[in-house]
Amino acid sequence: MRSFPAATIVLLLASAALGSCQREARETRDAPLPFSQQTLATTTTVMAGGGAAGAPDPRVAHYEKNAWHVSEGQRLYEQFNCVECHAHGGGGIGVPLMDDEWIYGSSSPQIVATIMQGRPNGMPSYRNLLTEEQMWQIAAYVRSLSGHVPKDVPPSRADDLASGPPITLQKPEPVRNSNRESGSR
Amino acid sequence: MIQSAAHPTGAHAAITSNLFGLFLWVTGFFFLLVLVFLGWAIWRKDRGAVRDRALRLTVTSWIGMITLGLFGLTIASYFADRSLAFAGAGKTPLRMRVTAHQWWWEVEYLDRDQSKAVTTANEIRLPLGRPVQILLASDDVIHSLWIPNLAGKQDLIPGRSTDLQLLPRQVGHFRAQCAEFCGLQHAHMALDVIVESPDQFATWWAKSIQPAPAPATPEQKRGFDLVMTRQCAGCHAINGTPAYGTVGPDLSRVAHRATLAAGEMPNSRAWLERWVRDPQSAKPGNQMPKIPMKPDELHAVSAYLETLQ
Repeated sequence: MRSFPAATIVLLLASAALGSCQREARETRDAPLPFSQQTLATTTTVMAGGGAAGAPDPRVAHYEKNAWHVSEGQRLYEQFNCVECHAHGGGGIGVPLMDDEWIYGSSSPQIVATIMQGRPNGMPSYRNLLTEEQMWQIAAYVRSLSGHVPKDVPPSRADDLASGPPITLQKPEPVRNSNRESGSR
Repeated sequence: MIQSAAHPTGAHAAITSNLFGLFLWVTGFFFLLVLVFLGWAIWRKDRGAVRDRALRLTVTSWIGMITLGLFGLTIASYFADRSLAFAGAGKTPLRMRVTAHQWWWEVEYLDRDQSKAVTTANEIRLPLGRPVQILLASDDVIHSLWIPNLAGKQDLIPGRSTDLQLLPRQVGHFRAQCAEFCGLQHAHMALDVIVESPDQFATWWAKSIQPAPAPATPEQKRGFDLVMTRQCAGCHAINGTPAYGTVGPDLSRVAHRATLAAGEMPNSRAWLERWVRDPQSAKPGNQMPKIPMKPDELHAVSAYLETLQ
């Protein structure tokens, strides 16, 4: 019996090369994409079934595919007390965020607009409280609650007690725009 | 500003320091003794066997000394432990709560009367000679509060309550530090501990429960408006204003504190502007976002924050 088969050596060398894999960078400031309220979704694009957005917003992928941004979103979701009304996605005083129903649109720009502008019947505006970057982070986290970000991105561990499986195991929910079916609510 | 366990200025630190001194002398003595024996053995290596009687005498007394020494240290530790538990007993302690966050300290002075409770950050002010009981909590990960001049370390553990007793015996300005690795900016998570006379402390407390002064000049007024609308108020609180965020440090008397950003930089206009302009260059990874501001807006914000004495 050979003590060091060639395959083992190759495997060991290959695993040593894993160390060179690049770690995702944390962008702690200076978002590389310009932010301004003008480019945000307008009311017509926010209302589901309204005007469709043109080219996909590059910020969507930027935030939804970055694990650090999504975990910052999770932290801000707790710190800014989204939990008070939306619980950890299951809703309560406010609508659930982990189901398939979206009143004001399910895309990140639409969610950012909802956070920024507030919505009738209770959702306050966070325009003066959160930076736009933070709103995008929260929007990405909210999308992860219903499985709409890549599986390897959201944090596998919740910050609090959780009744369901971790959000990394969440299956993508279909999107149902309740505004289109029943008119504005 | 001192940060040294070797210069105790509090009852608890003094007890620990005395015990440490005793351990140092006793173990140092035995260490020297071992070296003497070793030297002797080397010196007489070729001079034949030792007489039985001398050997027995030496080993017996050696064992006796070690036993006595260990007993002595055990008893001394026991008494040091008792004195730590009872230092400051009998007087009503000042009750405080310190909550650790990544990477700053929230400091609350508790009072039965809620309207007299004071919240501040990154600075602990203590009256001389009054025992202090600090309830410790953590908001995120495990931290540890270490004020070397006053007492030993105590961990702050999420979901658990711990506490720390202090009894300051000397007026002064001391530095304390997080002593449990807690993430990127662990090394920059310090706080100032200021021990002052009971009168000065009472004056400070009385002023701290007052609302923040209203902005006086047009520039300060503009700064006030910016603080309220440009996301500052989302996280920070200022007494008597619409800013009541609970995420970041309380700014009610930010200009009165000795340092900014948890002991990271001196509290001056230039450092304040540098911090507000780009918190992530001063302390990368901290939770304060960069809020884009024009230079004149930045000056206005600093001008207002400087009034919060």
